[in-house]
Amino acid sequence: MVPTSWYLALSAVLFAIGAIGVLVRRNIIVVFMAIELMLNAVNLTFVAFARQLGTIDGQVIVFFVMTVAAAEAAVGLAIIIAAFRNRPTVNADELAVLRW
Amino acid sequence: MGPVTFAVLATALVVSALTVVVHPSPVKSAMALVVTLFLLAVVFVFLGAHMIAALQVIVYAGAIMVLFLFVIMLLNLSDDGAEARHQGGALFRLGAWIGGGVLAVELAALFLRVPFPAPATPPAGYGGAEAVATALFVDYLLPFELTSILLLVAIVGAVVLAQRRAA
Repeated sequence: MVPTSWYLALSAVLFAIGAIGVLVRRNIIVVFMAIELMLNAVNLTFVAFARQLGTIDGQVIVFFVMTVAAAEAAVGLAIIIAAFRNRPTVNADELAVLRW
Repeated sequence: MGPVTFAVLATALVVSALTVVVHPSPVKSAMALVVTLFLLAVVFVFLGAHMIAALQVIVYAGAIMVLFLFVIMLLNLSDDGAEARHQGGALFRLGAWIGGGVLAVELAALFLRVPFPAPATPPAGYGGAEAVATALFVDYLLPFELTSILLLVAIVGAVVLAQRRAA
């Protein structure tokens, strides 16, 4: 039986990798995928704690996180498509018209 | 799950997650993310979250990743050297890797210091569809109903944003 702390450590490493992805990548779709990676790392934390505490609530929260992630992916990708129509690039550095 | 199984799964997870972040081709990044999500579903099964594991494969590795691949192919993306033209360049990148590495080591060390007692044997049916559904439709009924509004707003928003403007 692997202790809960190992799962939490794995989740922390995955979260950090996702955070690095957001920082170092300029392709906005890959940045988006890194955000999904971070959401999943946190999901792992919820499931590990649900198992540790013997309750089901953590798993229900994961269900809600998945719903929000689906909504976020749909709207985010639609924004990317709209921005791409306006200006054919997915480089986050070049999509800076909103930056003052 | 024994320590060896965990080590193999964790290594595969970290490698595929790193592939998502470092691979220059967006399509291959997306495929690596699919692998990551599948491996996480396996970890969920070992943690007794069978329903969540099934949802992970269907919703995440299925629906959301198809959406990603669809957009990548719709926009006909290829590696155009945008990463190389990154403002701030190599120093920023190095800093991000060092900062992320420190974050990972700090958080992992913090978690590994916590002496969790061995979890009690879960009740029969733990993590199955019935247990999750009972919690979802009894204790979390209001959030569940609010999710439907969130999804409706997301659908309308996605359609409005992605449609072509009439000239």
